[in-house]
Amino acid sequence: MSDSVMRMFAVYVEDKPGVLNRVASLFRRRGFNIDSLTVGHTHQQGVSRMTICLEADHLTATRIEANLYKLVNVVRVEDVTPHPSVARDLALVKVSTSPESRSELLQVVEIYRAQVVDFNPESIIVEITGDEGKLDSFIEALRPYGIIEMVRTGVVAMARGPHAPQVSPEFVSARVPEEESV
Amino acid sequence: MRSKGAQIIWETLVREGVEVVFGYPGGAILPAYDAMLEYPIRHVLVRHEQGAAHMADGYARATGNVGVAMATSGPGATNLVTGIATAMMDSSPMVCITGQVPGAAIGTDAFQETDVTGVTLPITKHNYLVTDPADIESALREAFYIARSGRPGPVLVDISKDAQQKEIEWSPSLEPVRMPGYRPDLTAPATELERAAEMIDQAERPVILGGHGITMSGGMDAFRKFAEKANIPVGMTLLGLGGFPIDHELNQGMMGMHGESWVNQAIQEADLLIALGMRFDDRVTGNLKNYAQNAKKIHIDIDPTEINKNVRVDVGIVGDLNETLWRLTPMVRSQPRSDWLARLADLRGEASVRDIQRLPDNGHLYAAHVINDLSHFTGGQAIIATDVGQHQMWAAQYYAHNIPMHHITSGGLGTMGFALPAGIGAKFGQPNKQVWVIAGDGGFQMTAAELSTCAQEGLDLNIAIINNNFLGMVRQWQEFFYDKRYSATPMKNPDFIKLAEAHGLTGLICEKREDVESVITQAESTPGTVVVDFHVEQEDTVYPMVPTGNDLHQMIRRPQAENPLVETASD
Repeated sequence: MSDSVMRMFAVYVEDKPGVLNRVASLFRRRGFNIDSLTVGHTHQQGVSRMTICLEADHLTATRIEANLYKLVNVVRVEDVTPHPSVARDLALVKVSTSPESRSELLQVVEIYRAQVVDFNPESIIVEITGDEGKLDSFIEALRPYGIIEMVRTGVVAMARGPHAPQVSPEFVSARVPEEESV
Repeated sequence: MRSKGAQIIWETLVREGVEVVFGYPGGAILPAYDAMLEYPIRHVLVRHEQGAAHMADGYARATGNVGVAMATSGPGATNLVTGIATAMMDSSPMVCITGQVPGAAIGTDAFQETDVTGVTLPITKHNYLVTDPADIESALREAFYIARSGRPGPVLVDISKDAQQKEIEWSPSLEPVRMPGYRPDLTAPATELERAAEMIDQAERPVILGGHGITMSGGMDAFRKFAEKANIPVGMTLLGLGGFPIDHELNQGMMGMHGESWVNQAIQEADLLIALGMRFDDRVTGNLKNYAQNAKKIHIDIDPTEINKNVRVDVGIVGDLNETLWRLTPMVRSQPRSDWLARLADLRGEASVRDIQRLPDNGHLYAAHVINDLSHFTGGQAIIATDVGQHQMWAAQYYAHNIPMHHITSGGLGTMGFALPAGIGAKFGQPNKQVWVIAGDGGFQMTAAELSTCAQEGLDLNIAIINNNFLGMVRQWQEFFYDKRYSATPMKNPDFIKLAEAHGLTGLICEKREDVESVITQAESTPGTVVVDFHVEQEDTVYPMVPTGNDLHQMIRRPQAENPLVETASD
C-alpha cells in the first residue's frame, strides 16, 4: 500500500505469564510481520510496556490496534507513529582490533558518541544508543574492521511532552479502524 | 470456610447460574468430579469430548446462556478443540473447564499432559491456566463474564489437579468482575450515527444485511423496527436466520453462496449496504473485488476488528446492535422506496413461489421435501440443529425461519458432526421445545456415538438423517469442478434403524414423499430419541450456487430441463 511506513506501537499489558505469547500469536495469526518487539516494566506495578515496530499502512495499523485491544490482557494501545516521539535502540558490537587499526576505530566510536565497554588486545565491545538510522550507520562504519558479534535491543519509544497515558480502566477504549471516527 | 479447589469450582458454577455441565471424567479432573456429587448441577456424560463442546455450544445457542463443557487433561482437552473452534467462529458463549496435571508436573511431559492453553490460544476469546486454588473463583467468574459479554465466545479454564485438591480458607466474592483491559460495552459516537442516517435517507437502492448479531444482542425488535421504518429490504446471513421473520414482507431470504438469487442480485445492484451484526464472510461476498461495487457501506458490529476487515466501509460503527439500532431508528426518514421494492419483486419473479408441496410427486424423495414438510408439520416451531453440507443449505432455504435461536448450525467453521451433539445441548436448554436434529449420513456418523448419551439421559429428541449415500456437498463440487470424478464421496452406511435400536432407541425409515408426514408425526409422538432415516435422491444438487471466486451474481442455476422441484432461484 502507498502509505506503508514503519510504525511504532506502545502497548501496555498486564504483567502476567503468557501475555507476550498472546501478543506474538496475534501478529502471527493475522499475518502482521513484526520488525521489532521489546518488553519491560513500567513505573506502574503490574503493567508492562511493549514497543512493537512494524511496517504497515494506515488501515493495517488501525486493524492491528483494534486486534490488540481485543486481547483481554492488553490495557492500552498507542500508535505513537504520528506523534512527536523519542525512539531509541541500543546495540552492543564486538569489533576486532589490532594495534594498527585501534586508534582509527576509536575515532569512529568518538564520532558516533558511542562507548567502549570492554577492552581486549584483540577486540573491543562498543555500546551505542540512538535511533535506528544512527545505529545502522554506525554498524556500517564498523563493518570494515570486522564485526565479531552484535546484538540490538530493538526500539523503545515514548511520546514527547509532559503527559503520560494513565493506565486505568477509564481510558481504555478501542478505536474504530477508520480515521474519521477516531 | 475451608474449601477444596474442586468445591470452589462448583460453588462458582452454581453462583453463575449453571444448571447443566456436559463432560467426561478422567485423571486430572477427578477431584472436580468427586466434588460434583454435592452440588445441584446436572452432569451429562458424553461419549467423546467433542460432543461435550458442541452440546455446550448448542445449549448456548438455544438459550443465550453460557454453555459449560468439562474434560480431563491431555486427550480430553484436545478432543474439545474442534468444538471450541466452532464456538469461536460463531461467537457462541461457552466455558470449558479442563483438568491439568499437578502444578509441579507441568512442563515435564507428564502422563496426559498437553499445553492446552497454548493449543487453544488462537481459538478462544481468552483462556486461563490456574495452579492455585485461590485463583479458581476469579478465573471462572472472569471466564463467564468474558464468554457472554461483548462479542461472545469460548473461554477455557485449565485447572491443575493439585489446585482442585488443595484446601484453602475461602468465601465467595461479592465484588463485580473487573478487568482493566477488557471493555466490551462500546458505544458509538452520535456523529457516526448521524452520518449513517444521512446515507440511509439519501440511498435509493439500499439493502440491509442481517447477521448473527441480531439475536446475539437481543435486537430482534430493534431490527424489525429499523427495517420497517426505513422500509429497506433485508437479506440474511446463514446465522442471521431467525433473527428477522422469514415471513416478513421485507425479508428477502438468505444471501451468499447458496442464497437466493434475487438477494445476491440486489446486493450487486444496491447503492447502499447496511451490514448489521455480520462480518462479510467469504461465503456471503463471493469475489470481493466485484462485491457491491456501486454501494456505499455502513457496518455496525460490536467487534472493532471486524470493521474494514474484508470490505472497506464508509461508516463503521462499533457497538451493541440492539442499543445502536434503537438510537439510529428515530434518526432515519420513512420513505416508500417503491421503485426499488418493485425491482426486488421483479427479481424474485416466479421463483419466490416455491411451495414444493404443491408440485407433483415424481416418485422421488428430495431432501427439500423433507425439510419443507418438517417445517410445515412442526409449524416452524421446532428448534432445528443442522450439520454441514447440502442438507444444511436446504434446511436454510426450505425451513420457515421465523423464531430466533431456533436454527442452530455451524456456520463459520463448518463442522461436520455438529448437529447431533448441538441438538442434544439445545434440548437440555429448551426441554419443552421440540428439537429436530437434521444431519447428512456423513456428518451424522462423525458423532453418532452420542446416541448413547441420548439413551442414557432419556432424551426426547428427533433425528432426521438426510441419507443420500454420498458426502453430498463434496460430491456436488466434484460434479461441478472435478469432472464428476467422485473421489472418496460415495458412502456405505450402517443400517441406521438397527443402529438406533442397538442403543435402545427408535428407528424409522422413509423413502417416499407420501410417508414424510406420517414418520414426522410418529417421531414426534414416540417418547425418547427417534432416528428417521430419510432415503433421498442420491445426486441432488443445491442451487443456486456461487462458485468460489465468482462474483456474487454469477450463480450456477438448476438446468431448465430438469424437474424444478428443488429450485430456489429466479430463472
